[in-house]
Parts: sequence; structure tokens; C-alpha cells
Amino acid sequence: MPVTCSCCGEKRAVLKRPKTGHSLCKECFFRTFEEEVHQTIVSAKLFNQGETVAIGASGGKDSTVLAHVLKVLNERYDYGLKLLLLSVDEGITGYRDDSLETVKRNQQQYELPLKIVSYEELYGWTMDAIVKQVGMKNNCTFCGVFRRQALDRGAMMLKVDKICTGHNADDVAETVLMNFLRGDISRLRRCTAISTTSEGEGLVPRCKPLKYAYEKEIVLYAYFKKLDYFSTECIYSPNAYRGHARAFLKDLEAIRPSAIMDIIHSGENLSFREGVKMPMPGSCSRCGYISSQTLCKSCVLLEGLNRGLPKLGIGKHHRLHGKILAQQPLSEQEERRLKAADF
Amino acid sequence: MCQVDEEYSGLIRSKPSPISYKKCVKCKHGSAVLTIRSGDGFCRGCFKDYFIHKFRAMLGKNRIIFPGERVLLAVSGGLASSSMLSQVQEGLSHDASKKLRFIPGIIYVDEGGAIGLSTEERKKTISQLEDIFQNTSYPYHIVPFEEIFRLPASVLETMRPTSDHSVSSYKWAVAQFTQDIRTGQSRESRDPSLEDCFSGLDTRDWSQKLPPSADHTEALKLLFASVKTLTAKEDLLQTLRLHLILYVARQAGYTKIMVGDSCSRLAVKLLSSIALGRGAALAMDTGFSDPRYDDVIIVRPMRDYSSKEIAFYNRMFSVPSVFSPSLDTMAPDKASIQRLTETFLTKLQTDFPSTVSTIYRTSEKLHTAHPPQSSDAHPAARCLLCLCALDTTADDCSALHATLQSEWLSQNRGRGNSPVASGPNSAPDQCCSSVRGCATSVGGGGGGSCCSSSNQMPVSSDLMALLCYSCRLTIKDMATVATLPQYVVTEADRRKRRHVMKKEISQYLLDDNEDLQS
Repeated sequence: MPVTCSCCGEKRAVLKRPKTGHSLCKECFFRTFEEEVHQTIVSAKLFNQGETVAIGASGGKDSTVLAHVLKVLNERYDYGLKLLLLSVDEGITGYRDDSLETVKRNQQQYELPLKIVSYEELYGWTMDAIVKQVGMKNNCTFCGVFRRQALDRGAMMLKVDKICTGHNADDVAETVLMNFLRGDISRLRRCTAISTTSEGEGLVPRCKPLKYAYEKEIVLYAYFKKLDYFSTECIYSPNAYRGHARAFLKDLEAIRPSAIMDIIHSGENLSFREGVKMPMPGSCSRCGYISSQTLCKSCVLLEGLNRGLPKLGIGKHHRLHGKILAQQPLSEQEERRLKAADF
Repeated sequence: MCQVDEEYSGLIRSKPSPISYKKCVKCKHGSAVLTIRSGDGFCRGCFKDYFIHKFRAMLGKNRIIFPGERVLLAVSGGLASSSMLSQVQEGLSHDASKKLRFIPGIIYVDEGGAIGLSTEERKKTISQLEDIFQNTSYPYHIVPFEEIFRLPASVLETMRPTSDHSVSSYKWAVAQFTQDIRTGQSRESRDPSLEDCFSGLDTRDWSQKLPPSADHTEALKLLFASVKTLTAKEDLLQTLRLHLILYVARQAGYTKIMVGDSCSRLAVKLLSSIALGRGAALAMDTGFSDPRYDDVIIVRPMRDYSSKEIAFYNRMFSVPSVFSPSLDTMAPDKASIQRLTETFLTKLQTDFPSTVSTIYRTSEKLHTAHPPQSSDAHPAARCLLCLCALDTTADDCSALHATLQSEWLSQNRGRGNSPVASGPNSAPDQCCSSVRGCATSVGGGGGGSCCSSSNQMPVSSDLMALLCYSCRLTIKDMATVATLPQYVVTEADRRKRRHVMKKEISQYLLDDNEDLQS
């Protein structure tokens, strides 16, 4: 006997929601999903009327769905936003160039302007070249740090008011778990925030409208709406630490589907003792970007790459900032420690 | 790379030489018999000193135990709690330098009824434990878990704290304490109405007394059978067991409870608490002292020891312990969240040896004081089951708010329906969960009407409003709440009635002090 949709009670249900377990028909699911994103945006006051918003588009499922939903909601509820797509080319052959094709297709489908920034033009290094120097173990650090700055620089070039990214509930839960396992108190405090605060000039605030949407529901939405996206794992990612947290999260979800929201709830309610040392935001002495140290992380990483010392930037390096700024050569022992790369 | 502050050494080290050729790193002339913390070999004598010293240092650093105080040791018979027992014996023995000064007692809760063990098995375990306890010559209580059906509702009442530990200095607190003892004053928090049907519970010698009534064992079996998932079962077992120990402590006059949670066990507990939604109560669940039951403080002196150290110590110095199965013995890896977390952490620890100690250090930075008063000067309401502050105010844009929204939207019968509407097709648990939504937002006041159409769980929606986020998940996993012990239901009703009363007269109340808070 076919199950009826628990929402409208009329049509036959075609899917079961991973988040709550209810059976819904296609139209009700679309409506529910879009409504939830709208509620998130409204209750967190993410956007204001007339703002220009850049959508971080990678061509993957999250950013494709985000672009689609934002366009729909912008018209339906009259947010008055001007939307554009911003994409980052890290220079990973076989992965990024394929996904960029998807983004270009998205641009045509949604009729949104597109800007692509690349690591090559911003830093002079592609990820392929970086991995050749660094090895397979710590490369995600480079990519993540560079991408963050790339998004900000692209946003400043386009003169937008906000950036939004397609981070979903699974991503946030994984981040909470990962930061907990690594003992990163300062990040634990900040990682469940739905939007970053903008400290001073030169920094565009960013937000995550899909923060409470399960990854599986995003895939369901894209599937039923027949949205086109690129779905391959980054070829350099298998050794990332995040993989452990992700596997754990998948198992947790299998035992109890609400675990993802429970982890986010825990993360939001963590309370820390006063007196725990927290980094204060300042700015980098070399490039002026926001940083809690004298030099921002991407300057340190770049310096390491340019000098042929790939380990500079991985592990403690605060003591070397002064030397780097002053362009002094490092001592022989320091050089030796920083050179070894693991493959 | 697994840790933010990790120093990277880069150079390949030469393979470490086998342990038997190394010397103890402390005394430098004994030969090392075991390794602690990757690379430090200790000889037998130094290891014993190190172990004992850590216990003393733990108690001495957090000056919580007053001299002459009565402390209840919760012993499960496992390695860690047996080790704790032997450490207490060491510390109190006459030939110890600067010996500890408190008065211990022992409690063992026999959970055989919840797990489904036979009476003979239970008797065997108990007699083995009794031998161990009698050797220590401390007073002991062996309490069957079935006694939860005889607990009074007052065990869940929130007491006023006896003293504000954070403010007064240690010396002052000790002075107060000894003065109380000397003048024989009963503590102001102990309500005279607590002296009720409990006198029969002080079971010194369980095997001589009649075993708990078959009715109670049956009821216990029903209770655990009505819980659908192993995760919820374990959670419920822990909570109810703590209530039982707490009650025995109060009745017999103990003011502290010592629990044998080791570092490894606590790391698992931390991670699984996060997965269960207990982020707000993490500090209390895993910190050194747990002040949620205001008059009795739970202390975890073994929290600095890894399981390996405890196992080696017990083996080398013949500390007796008794193995008794628990709910998740022999369960597959993914049977429950707690079990999954344990497997995950153990595997991660082999690849990244600093995982457990990192988690431990993180837990030390968590807030351990009483939860701060909320801005509108209400003392925070407490959860009915775990007695931690409620974390269920659905702020705009929080995970809880989003979940409630999803629940409501998925059952919305067409546009524009009110949140309370439900049709005849909705299953009872869906119905109650949507009511849970509005029950939260109006503070438990008006949710009963929705459930009138389905008379299976009339208590459920109101009960949910009294629970914190993770206890709600546990109760949601129960098929019916009718199997809960009577004291929980009674206390729930009492709180509801007080809440209704308070709402009626709220405009005439001048001051929200603790007397009026339910």
C-alpha cells in the first residue's frame, strides 16, 4: 500500500527525509527544503535588502544547490539581492578543470555573472606544483588557507557585500568533531557560527545559509530537481585528517540520524572557562590581511614554498616570523628541519 | 598535524632499543619494566611511587575533600574502580606519609537485573566482591539496581548548595565543615521530609537478605525492553544508577562520591557526549568535580590515569578486581554511539598517539563552575533526569530551532495550518514530537490538547518540556514512558503543577528566588 505524503496528505510519497524520517512527495519536499533555508536566512538575519552577494561556487552539489535555492528564494521572498558566482581555480588537473566547466554551465543556466580567480595569478603556485614540493600529507592545509584568501580577494575585486558558501550540516558537524579531536579551542568556539564577523577593513563577511541542511537532503534535492553537478573527490584528499572525522560521522548517522544536529547543538552550547588564552585578530605585517600573528598563514606558507622549505607553516613557526620579515636566511638546523617532505 | 600545537621534528629517529635494556628514567639504576607515555621506562618501585603520587596530587591540587569528611567510593568491580579502592587504602594506611584524612565507605550497584543475568551469577559476583570489601574493613553497601523502584521523588529535587565553593577559600570551607560536624548541625539543605521509606535500603549484606522482589526485577526488565536503542539504554542506565548512588549517599550521610573514571574512559565519554547533544553539560560530566547535585559532589580522582597504567598497576601489584558484564559487553562495534566512539578513539589513538591526551586537555579548559545565571535573573531550570541546566531555549537560529522547524514543516498539512494541528493519519510519535515543538516555545504550558487524539502517551509531551536536549533523545527512543520508575513520574507531575501555579500568579511575584523555582 503506497504511503501518502505526511505533509499534504494527498500525493504519494516518493522519498523519506533523512533528517526527520517523514515520507514526503516531491513538491512538498522542495517546498520544505526551500522553506527551511529561508527560515535560516531570516532568523539569522543573514542578508539585507539590496546587498550584493557572491556565492562561492565550486561546481559541486552544495554550491549548485545553494545557487539554485538562493535564486528561487530571492525571487519568491523578494530579498532584493544581487547574486553572482565566484569560483576559485586551484590548479588541480583532472579535478578542478572539470568542475569549472560545471560552474560555467551553472552560470548559463542561472544567468548569473561569474568570476574565476586562480592560485596561479594570485600566488604564482598551482596545487599540482605545491603537492610536488610538499608531498601527499599536509597539502590540504595549503589549499584551504590559500582558498580562503582567494575568495576574499575575489570578493573585494567584485566589490560585494557578503560571501556565502555551501557548507552543510555534515560539514559543520565534521568541523566540530575535528577541532575537538585536535584540541583547537579557539576554532571550536567559532566554528558553529553561521556567519563570520567582519573585523575592520579588507574583510568580507561570509555566511552559510545551508548550515542546517543535511548533505543527503541536498543530494535528494539536486536529484529530483535534475540539477547538474560535478561529483568527484579531490585526488589529493585521501590522507586528510578530516577523513577520520567524516567516517565517524557517517557511522554515527547510521546509528542515530539526528546525531548530526545533536553535534551542532553541542558545539553551539560549549562553554569555556575564562582565562583560556585566545588569539586576538590583528593584521599581517606583509600583506595586511587579517591575522592573529605577525605574519598571516598564507604569507608563511608562500614563503616556505618560495624558499624550498615546505614544512614552514606546518607546525610551530612563530619564532621564525621575525626572520622571514627581515628576509634573513634561516640557520642551517632550521632549514634542515623544514625541508623534509613526506610522500 | 593531528594537533594544533604539535612540534614537528622532521628527522627520522633511530629505532628505539627494546625496553629490557633500558634503565628507569627516574632512578636511573633499576631496569625498566614498562613504558609510560611512549618512551619513558619505569622500574617497578618508581612506577608504584609515580602511581601513588598522582592520586595524592590529584586530590591535593583540587582541594575538595575536607579532612574528616565521609566519602562514598562507587566501585563496580572493574579495573579502574578497584585500583581507586586500593589507592584509598594506601593513602589512609598508617605508614603513609601525610596520610589522607577522610572516612570512606563503599557502594556497589548490582545491575544484573537490567542485563538479564541469573540470580546465581549475581550471587557469585556479589560474594567475590564482598570478600574484597571485607578485606578493606570499610563499611559497604551492596544495592541491587531494582531499588530504583523504591526511590522517593525527592531524590530529583534541586537542593540549595551548602556552601559556595568558588568564593570561599579552602581553609574557611574546612573550618565551616568541622564546625558543622562538631555542633552536630544537620545541613540546611537536608529536608526532614527526606526521612521516609528508605530505612530498609541500607543493605549491608545482600545475600542474606531476600533478593529484590520478582516484581521489581520484572519491572526492570520491562523498562529496559521498552527502550529501543542500545544508546538510549546505556544512557538511561547511567542516569538512574547515579540517582541510586546519590540517594544512598544522602541517606547514609556521605557528602562526596568518588567514581573511578580513567582518562581513556573519559575521552570516550567526552566524544560520545558531543554526539549525544550534551555539549552544555560536558564540563560537569567529565570534570574533576561534578556539582550538579548541590549537596553531594561527585569526584573523579582517577581521571589522569590511562587504562594502560591502571591495568599494569593492577597486574604488577595484585589488586583484586571482579569482571561483571554490562549492557554493551560483546556488542558489535556499531551497536551504540558509546561503543562506536570507543572503537573509533582506540583506532585513532594507534595512528595518532596524542589523541586521548589532547582530548583530556581540552576537557580541562571547559567551564566547570556552576552555570552562570541567565540574564533575567532566573536560576536556570534543571533537567528532570540528569539535573543539568536546561539547554533547550530555542534561540533564533540554533540547531534546536532548525530541528523544530523541520519537524513542523514536514507535517504541515498544506499552507497556513497552525503548528498544533494533526490529522488522523499522523503516527503518535510524530504528533507528540510536533507538540514538543510548541511545548518548548511556550515553556511547557500548553501542549496537551494535541495528544488527546492519540491516547498512547499522554505524559510524553509534557515530560519532554522538563528535559534537556539529550535526555529528550533518550526518552524519544522509549516505546512508552509508563515503565519509568515511579519517582520520575511523580517528580515530573509535581514540577508541572508548580509551573502552572507559577504562571497563574506570575504577575504578583516580586522576586524570583530559589524557593519559588520548581
